[in-house]
Amino acid sequence: MKESPPSVDALPAGLRKFPRFGRRGTQSRKTVTFGDASEVTTSKVWAVVSLGGLLVLWWYLTRGPEPILDEKTFPSPVVIWDAFVEWWQDGYRRTSAWEHASASLSRVLKGMVIGTVIGIPVGFAMGLSRIMRGIFDPIVELFRPIPPLALLPLFIMWFGIGEESKVNLLVWASVWVMIIAARSGVLGVSGSKVHAAYSLGANKWQILRYVIMPNALPEVFTGVRVALGVSWGTLIAAELIGAEKGLGTTIYIASRFFRMDIVFVNIIIIGVIGASMEMIMRFLEARLIPWRGKG
Amino acid sequence: MKNLSVSNLEMVYELPKGGSVHALSDVSFDLQAGRLLTLLGPSGCGKTTLLNIAAGFLAPTSGTVTLGGEPITGPGQERGMVFQQGALFEWQNVSQNVSFGPRMNRKKKSETAVIVEDLLATVGLRGFGDKAVYELSGGMQQRVALARCLANDPEVILMDEPLGALDALTREKMQGLILKLWQETGKTIILVTHSVEEALFLGDRLFVMAPRPGRIEREYELPFAKVGLSVDPRELKASPEFIEKREELLSMIWDMEEQIMGHEDGTS
Repeated sequence: MKESPPSVDALPAGLRKFPRFGRRGTQSRKTVTFGDASEVTTSKVWAVVSLGGLLVLWWYLTRGPEPILDEKTFPSPVVIWDAFVEWWQDGYRRTSAWEHASASLSRVLKGMVIGTVIGIPVGFAMGLSRIMRGIFDPIVELFRPIPPLALLPLFIMWFGIGEESKVNLLVWASVWVMIIAARSGVLGVSGSKVHAAYSLGANKWQILRYVIMPNALPEVFTGVRVALGVSWGTLIAAELIGAEKGLGTTIYIASRFFRMDIVFVNIIIIGVIGASMEMIMRFLEARLIPWRGKG
Repeated sequence: MKNLSVSNLEMVYELPKGGSVHALSDVSFDLQAGRLLTLLGPSGCGKTTLLNIAAGFLAPTSGTVTLGGEPITGPGQERGMVFQQGALFEWQNVSQNVSFGPRMNRKKKSETAVIVEDLLATVGLRGFGDKAVYELSGGMQQRVALARCLANDPEVILMDEPLGALDALTREKMQGLILKLWQETGKTIILVTHSVEEALFLGDRLFVMAPRPGRIEREYELPFAKVGLSVDPRELKASPEFIEKREELLSMIWDMEEQIMGHEDGTS
């Protein structure tokens, strides 16, 4: 026998009624686990069970000739899968699925890039200078709480119904988040790091480049992540109100023609893209900023 | 080699709600090049303020600090700093931290590489150059901080409780390293500490400072640091001379703390 702490697998077959669900991988010998946050990791088994259960429940509620949910407004997952295949292959209203998705994505990217390029320098200036803080603080505090969508009618009047108004709306949605993230990144630098750098002969420019910028990077990254989420939500809602192409537009048009299957497909794709963006950002963060939270 | 000279230093902090704190009152001393001065005293005695003025991070209310006759008006690389903790750049690896000073001065890469290798060996971190600083223990991080400070070859090294965050055993080892660096490099060092034993063991000169107002209360010339490397440090710290000094200082600081407590009770 191997010398190892006794585990469920080592028990006699008669006692081994249940497979080891959940805590696989933790060889914890702790006696107190309830309330210990470090013991609560995501159980992959239950994640699959939860997702699968949801799908089965949905299928159950929509199955048969007389389903519990009205099939006109709540189609079954099978119908939606077919709609997805159709939409993906042939598109909807002479526009391919990829065109709709990429129209939405490119708006978000344009808005984010411009919002970031404006927001980071302003946030840095606010973190570094009393005067800049005085100038921008009231502007940021006044405009940040306004939900971007409230401005959509104005933006449409100013910039037209086309791309410009949407991209500008996303610039608006992301720029405040980026300003605040950059500012708090700058303010988060510890005095002793700055002092140490000065004592090592760094000048102001070098302090900015080699101390303040890398120190602010984790916060800036969080800002990008948050702004991306806000922009995605704002854009889809803006597209519902009016656009030529886009996932939100497709939802709106499909609902007017009572194609609930297409509506569902788009909602799911919006969710999947949103979650993927978050996951890509987390992956990049782990790669680019391994020192995060370790200062 | 340059001497450090402090004359008639006054530091008064104005409090935002009115009133003021007299952090330093008429502090004067001359420190010859190559000496190791330890500053000891209860909190609020101005020892860190004094260090920060010498570093150039604070401007005194009045009085001057000069190094080699040149008045100190701001931070400069002839005065290196070692902080208690958290002053390493966690986005850089060990080598990059140590080479920070030379890189800021645009030294040749080949020269810098030699300096870094030498210093890592000196502080006992040979082969750790590629490690991330957050992967190191507290003691090793302070070794990096010492090496980083030495990379610019400063005249004076100012240490603000450099071993304050370390466990007792690591602390003893690091005391040995500081003595070694002091004796091998001949640098002038000012070291602030809360530990009576550390102040006695490392200080070739020792100031006991007192609060309200912050001032130098007593001054000692000590023999321990000079022999600290050649004898067993534990034995030295257990010797009658050492214990006698230790108890003397402890009771002095104890009395100061008592006075502060009494003072606070009286005013509140």
